[in-house]
Amino acid sequence: MTTQRIDIAIVGGGLVGSALAWGMRALGPRLAVLDASDAHAASQGNFGLVWAQGKGLGMPAYVGWTIGSARAWPQLAHELRTHAGVDVALEQTGGLHPCLSQREMESRADRLERLHAQAGVERCDVRMLTRDEALARLPALGPDVAGGSFGALDGHCNPLRLLAALRTGLRRAGVVRTHCRVEAMAPSADGFRLLTDRGEVAAERVVVAAGRGTQRLAGMVGLSVPLVENSGEVLVLERMRRFLPFALETIRQTDEGAVLLGDSHEPRTDAALDVAVLGAIARRALRVIPALASAQVVRAWAASRVLTPDGFPVYAQSAAYPGAFAVACHSGVTLAAAHALELAPAILGGSLPAALAPFASGRFDHVRAAA
Amino acid sequence: MFARLPETGAEAVVVAIDGADFEARAGDSVAAALLASGRLASRATPVSGAPRGPFCLMGVCFDCLITIDGVPNQRACMVEVAPGMRIDTQQGAPPLGTGAA
Amino acid sequence: MKTCDVAVIGAGPAGLVAATTATSLGLSATVFDESASPGGQIYRAVTTTPVRRPELLGVDYWHGANLVRPFRASGAEYLPATTVWAAARGAEAFDLGVSGGRPGTRIGGTFAARTLLVATGAIERPLPFPGWTLPGVMTAGAVQGLLKSSALVPAGRVVLAGSGPLLWQVAWQLASAGVAIDRVLETIPRGRLAEAMRHAPGFMFSTYLARGLELIRAVRRRTDVVEHVAELQARGDGRVESVRFAVDGEWTEVPADLVVISHGVVPNVHLPAALGCGLEWNPDQSAFQPVADAWGGTTEEGVYVAGDVAGIAGAQAAEARGRLAALAIANALGRIDAARRDALAAPAQRALATALRGRRFLDALYRPSPEFLRPRGAVPVCRCEEVTADAAREAVRDGAVTLHALKSATRCGMGPCQGRSCLATAAELLADELGADCAALAPPSIRFPLRPVTLAEVAAWPSRADAEACVVRGE
Ligand SMILES: Cc1cc2nc3c(=O)[nH]c(=O)nc-3n(C[C@H](O)[C@H](O)[C@H](O)COP(=O)(O)OP(=O)(O)OC[C@H]3O[C@@H](n4cnc5c(N)ncnc54)[C@H](O)[C@@H]3O)c2cc1C
Ligand SMILES: Cc1cc2nc3c(=O)[nH]c(=O)nc-3n(C[C@H](O)[C@H](O)[C@H](O)COP(=O)(O)OP(=O)(O)OC[C@H]3O[C@@H](n4cnc5c(N)ncnc54)[C@H](O)[C@@H]3O)c2cc1C
Ligand code: FES
Repeated sequence: MTTQRIDIAIVGGGLVGSALAWGMRALGPRLAVLDASDAHAASQGNFGLVWAQGKGLGMPAYVGWTIGSARAWPQLAHELRTHAGVDVALEQTGGLHPCLSQREMESRADRLERLHAQAGVERCDVRMLTRDEALARLPALGPDVAGGSFGALDGHCNPLRLLAALRTGLRRAGVVRTHCRVEAMAPSADGFRLLTDRGEVAAERVVVAAGRGTQRLAGMVGLSVPLVENSGEVLVLERMRRFLPFALETIRQTDEGAVLLGDSHEPRTDAALDVAVLGAIARRALRVIPALASAQVVRAWAASRVLTPDGFPVYAQSAAYPGAFAVACHSGVTLAAAHALELAPAILGGSLPAALAPFASGRFDHVRAAA
Repeated sequence: MFARLPETGAEAVVVAIDGADFEARAGDSVAAALLASGRLASRATPVSGAPRGPFCLMGVCFDCLITIDGVPNQRACMVEVAPGMRIDTQQGAPPLGTGAA
Repeated sequence: MKTCDVAVIGAGPAGLVAATTATSLGLSATVFDESASPGGQIYRAVTTTPVRRPELLGVDYWHGANLVRPFRASGAEYLPATTVWAAARGAEAFDLGVSGGRPGTRIGGTFAARTLLVATGAIERPLPFPGWTLPGVMTAGAVQGLLKSSALVPAGRVVLAGSGPLLWQVAWQLASAGVAIDRVLETIPRGRLAEAMRHAPGFMFSTYLARGLELIRAVRRRTDVVEHVAELQARGDGRVESVRFAVDGEWTEVPADLVVISHGVVPNVHLPAALGCGLEWNPDQSAFQPVADAWGGTTEEGVYVAGDVAGIAGAQAAEARGRLAALAIANALGRIDAARRDALAAPAQRALATALRGRRFLDALYRPSPEFLRPRGAVPVCRCEEVTADAAREAVRDGAVTLHALKSATRCGMGPCQGRSCLATAAELLADELGADCAALAPPSIRFPLRPVTLAEVAAWPSRADAEACVVRGE
């Protein structure tokens, strides 16, 4: 077994690992992405929103981090177009969170108010729309829609093309991608040794971005990243002529015309399809846009989320082994720009910025203690 | 392209293909009627606009998609003709809400 | 909602015999079939065909009536023109989502069944070549179906291309109907016959041999047969106008109004796969098939497969396997004990052994050449999403190293046919790029719906409180 020697090994080649690698691609072959290609990873089964509104209640730092990523997204899209030759179909024309009852309206308004009332949060351009205001923007809304909240910064992209673009771009930059599963990691004299099912890798630094695999691997380098069980299902309708001028939180139309209906939150980690959940998604979507009734459902999928107990990301550097980092987050599409353009350079520089201190994994120590 | 064997027992069924009357036979699928009428293509794809027509005739390939009585994207090979049926070849993706629920 | 003992999906020879057997043992059976009339692929329209000269379709075809008659008398419930689009294991039984009828007069809803007998048969092996998406290029099964169901035969310049029994069967049927076939382009590579000969002893006793050779001879008497065609192209503007083909590197172009292609058939595995049944690669047939025991029992309890969906073996084997699976289900549901099951099974097991003689030889002889299985260049491999062979190969090189990743990276298999037209090719291309064997690939993940259905139909699936709770937002 030959040992490969590199500067940085990123474990996990989903959206998080790949976006980080993108931001470090100047390393070329001294950077390696080790990826097991698990079938139902979130990066191959998400909804594709680049979404800021409503996020960050309970974690003020997350508000600014998310907004920053949404603002930086055009630059990431531009880089991918230039260096990978791929248009990831970024559209930031706003996003509607529809409410299906007066109660939902009130609870939404209340949430946004509490969110923005947090000390030191950046305000993002989001406001409540009455039913008539919502209808004026989207006449296809059904009679059950009481209104909603509209975020000007919100949008969506084609997340599968995003992943493919990152991979193509990384290959062109000379970054190594190895199909393998990292089974064990151990600190060594000059960094870390990673034992994989296809051989050993020695790296000066290691970034664990292995989605649901992060919890186990991070533990090997002194980091605790607890994850909770959560899977989601999505329905895909046939291509239709474009009729959605912007994305809805659970309904969006791709640049190719297909309409996606999302996305459930189920307390499990497997990615089996549950037809009853598909039925529930369909019924809710029909309340929002009744004219979809005759559209044909072409596909459905399920994937498991990378979700921490409080729902916010973990950005952590090991105190015991400062060359080891762990990243785990839900909203890896939205945050792809921040990961590539801000987080990656910081990790390259050797330490996480102070602004990311609230995301350290120590905040879950009480969770572990309780468990 | 296709010719009917002279010795068949089936009755005539008149349908409208792209607005023109055509005499199909009972038991014909819409795809059979289309082919019998001399048309090979049922649609242009929503991906590239390329023309496509019936390929497998057993419901597998979805190349024969066509608009039947106003409902787009029906498999022509899996639907039998009925008197007065309106069959329309289609271009690209349909607009929202054109089907029958 | 009443629950039947066995839901049979597919009314070809396997499903017809299975349903007849099951009801004869006192089980309640419901048969769902996408086609408008019983018979499956080989016996398509056997009760309704407008063709008036029986000899045109061959004696084998009319045997189908012998299966339909007892089936009709069996008391099995029969739902033609009805697609099973989903199936899910419930607390006590499987729920089936069905959709059928004509637009405007749709029937639908859910049915419950204690066991599932999947007899969804085979689909034609889709082998991409340049121009294969042009209108006027059709499969042999398609042309055969037009003859059986509508008494329609090709007119104009007709070229057949490919290899395998179905190609010759259709060539013979067309020739008998008076169609002038311009050329038959046979794609068996040089040297293949010699390779296949090691399986010849079994073939000598095959029922196919005598009849098959007779068909081939009859066709050869009437048309020009070109052997060892290694490359194929259909050309034309908006529709097929000519065919180019290469033999030993030398190209010929002939005008054509219709190009009829056949490269054999592969199992239609989407239903068992979506139910979670294990799949395995059959290297002799270059296709995925469900893992199954000798009775058709799959890796999922209560789910059985019979007929060509369980691995290509032809119509006679389909009858035998349909009977065996029905017997196993009757045993599993406590209708008959194992001794009675085995006694009733013996004749079917003998029939199956007879039917399988010579299969290895046919598989070896007609296995498509690597050039056809593993195309290169701008040829679309996914017809729905128009993904080319090169794009798929490039994605693998970028790191899409599983069938699932390849699909997400390229959209290959994401269109309305749900990958039926590209799955086998995607597997071959992936294996080719990885330098691996197809058998080493993780099988594809196949999901419901099995066919596109309207959103309203999905919304009609019975609601379940915990499922409802998963989609509520902002309360
Ligand atoms: C249904 C659903 C909808 C979503 N919608 C959105 C949305 O609209 N907007 C948004 O921003 N986010 C959304 N997300 C979240 C987003 O998809 C995820 O945050 C993101 O994909 C996480 O990426 P990841 O790379 O961390 O993890 P993953 O996608 O899980 O990738 C991890 C990778 O690591 C590999 N791996 C695991 N263990 C090992 C090991 N030991 N060795 C080597 N490799 C390993 C895996 O094989 C995998 O390839 C959604 C998620 C789901 C499930
Ligand atoms: C196009 C074609 C033509 C053929 N012609 C011949 C021939 O002439 N001679 C010969 O010996 N062999 C022929 N074969 C081979 C043939 O597959 C077998 O000989 C035999 O038909 C297999 O029988 P079966 O019962 O397994 O399945 P099939 O006869 O294939 O029957 C399967 C049935 O299941 C239905 N079905 C599939 N999925 C669903 C679903 N989700 N819901 C509801 N119904 C569903 C199909 O519509 C079909 O009616 C042909 C195969 C094909 C594909
Ligand atoms: S011709 Fe293939 S689905 Fe109709």
